[in-house]
Amino acid sequence: MADFVMPTLGADMTEGTLVQWKKREGDHVSKGEIIAEVDTEKAAIDVECHATGVIERLITRPGDKVPVGTIMAVIRENGQTTTGQTGPQAVAPQATVPAPAPRVDRVPGSAPQPGRLRISPAARKLAAERGIDPKGLQGTGPEGAITLEDIEGAASVAPELPRPAVGADRQARMRQTIATAMARSKREIPHYYLSTTIDMGPAIAWLSEANQRRPVTERLLYGVLLIKAVALALRQVPELNALWKEGQAIRSERIHIGTAISLRQGGLVAPALHDADRLSLSDLMKNFQDLVKRARAGSLRSSEMSDPTMTVTSLGEQGVETVFGVIYPPQVALVGFGKIVERPWVTHGQVLPRPVIMASLSADHRVTDGHRGGLFLSEIDRLLQKPQSL
Amino acid sequence: MSTTTDVNETKGRILRLLGEIAPEAEVTTLRPDVSFRDQFDLDSMDFLNFVVALHTEFHVEIPEADYPKYMTLNGCLAQLSAPRS
Repeated sequence: MADFVMPTLGADMTEGTLVQWKKREGDHVSKGEIIAEVDTEKAAIDVECHATGVIERLITRPGDKVPVGTIMAVIRENGQTTTGQTGPQAVAPQATVPAPAPRVDRVPGSAPQPGRLRISPAARKLAAERGIDPKGLQGTGPEGAITLEDIEGAASVAPELPRPAVGADRQARMRQTIATAMARSKREIPHYYLSTTIDMGPAIAWLSEANQRRPVTERLLYGVLLIKAVALALRQVPELNALWKEGQAIRSERIHIGTAISLRQGGLVAPALHDADRLSLSDLMKNFQDLVKRARAGSLRSSEMSDPTMTVTSLGEQGVETVFGVIYPPQVALVGFGKIVERPWVTHGQVLPRPVIMASLSADHRVTDGHRGGLFLSEIDRLLQKPQSL
Repeated sequence: MSTTTDVNETKGRILRLLGEIAPEAEVTTLRPDVSFRDQFDLDSMDFLNFVVALHTEFHVEIPEADYPKYMTLNGCLAQLSAPRS
């Protein structure tokens, strides 16, 4: 048996709300397949299954908010049977029944804080039925306890809550999530910053030539060249491709580039482009397009949210020349690109106008020093001078 | 030669495609001679998607060098209403 648990979909996620199951009991699921949609502070995420088998039980119900790590479903992995013909399960079938899920809070949008709130069980039940968050209410009962009447009163004015988080509420919570992550970053990570100006002439020339041959549906954006160059440079300076966990940096074998994407309604997410160093530019472009589309439609996958190993932010579109970013914990580095501008540039003793871009590195000084950081930026520069080999 | 009806129809189709890419864009108050990027929060990915949408909707080939011609509504109309060879 494999348990499907509420995953961590970001550095500061502690709980999530099940929006809907994408599978039913008895359905077959494969590793990597979407099994559920989970609502976090930031977005609704399609969560992938980590096991292959048949869904034995769906425990969490849509609308339930549960802490990270809660068993939400039980999957009978391939080769196993319900009666448990092998192993100790045959002797004690009860052992396959998972422990009851932690207490859930059925009130949309409220955090589970039982015990702190003075509210009668009947009033709590009614609040849940009516979709009212009792925490926001002023109780009129003894010692300020919330009574049935208080809930009735609130119900008559409370708007319908169709989904756990929508619109302005989602936006406010996303702001809060970004605030928490960035405050933690600035509090805990001793950042150092480096920058260098890179001649984009060869890359731009190569790109327009390549795009001339490509149909409009397969054209590349220069941003993809930047991401690929960063991913390849990380192979040379792998200590930047790491996560800080329990007082030490754990290097990642695979290179998943978090890509900062601004959302139209405000806020941003930085989901991962998986194995960016190994993909061709065409595949990287396809995945990037798909990622932006899904980020804005609110249908990112759990692995994309949880496993970037380093982030790239490109603020050039907004017209700034330089960006020094804040590292997204637990990552240990972030690369920023400004906009491409034409500047006088000296090559072979001649001053020529060249398109240039400012690349910056924000890195965690606990993990690397400026010397290695500098080598990393130089490597990005070197790679962009040979765009044909990207 | 295109009639006013044709132009309005083409305009409607362009605005629909734009609305699909930037749902929050106020296409009703769009200024036809100002670039889309200056009016809406379009990035290069959005613009590429817009060009792809025009290509699919109007069956036109749009080389990258011609992108600037499609940056405004009037520009798009001029390109898409022009007689094709």
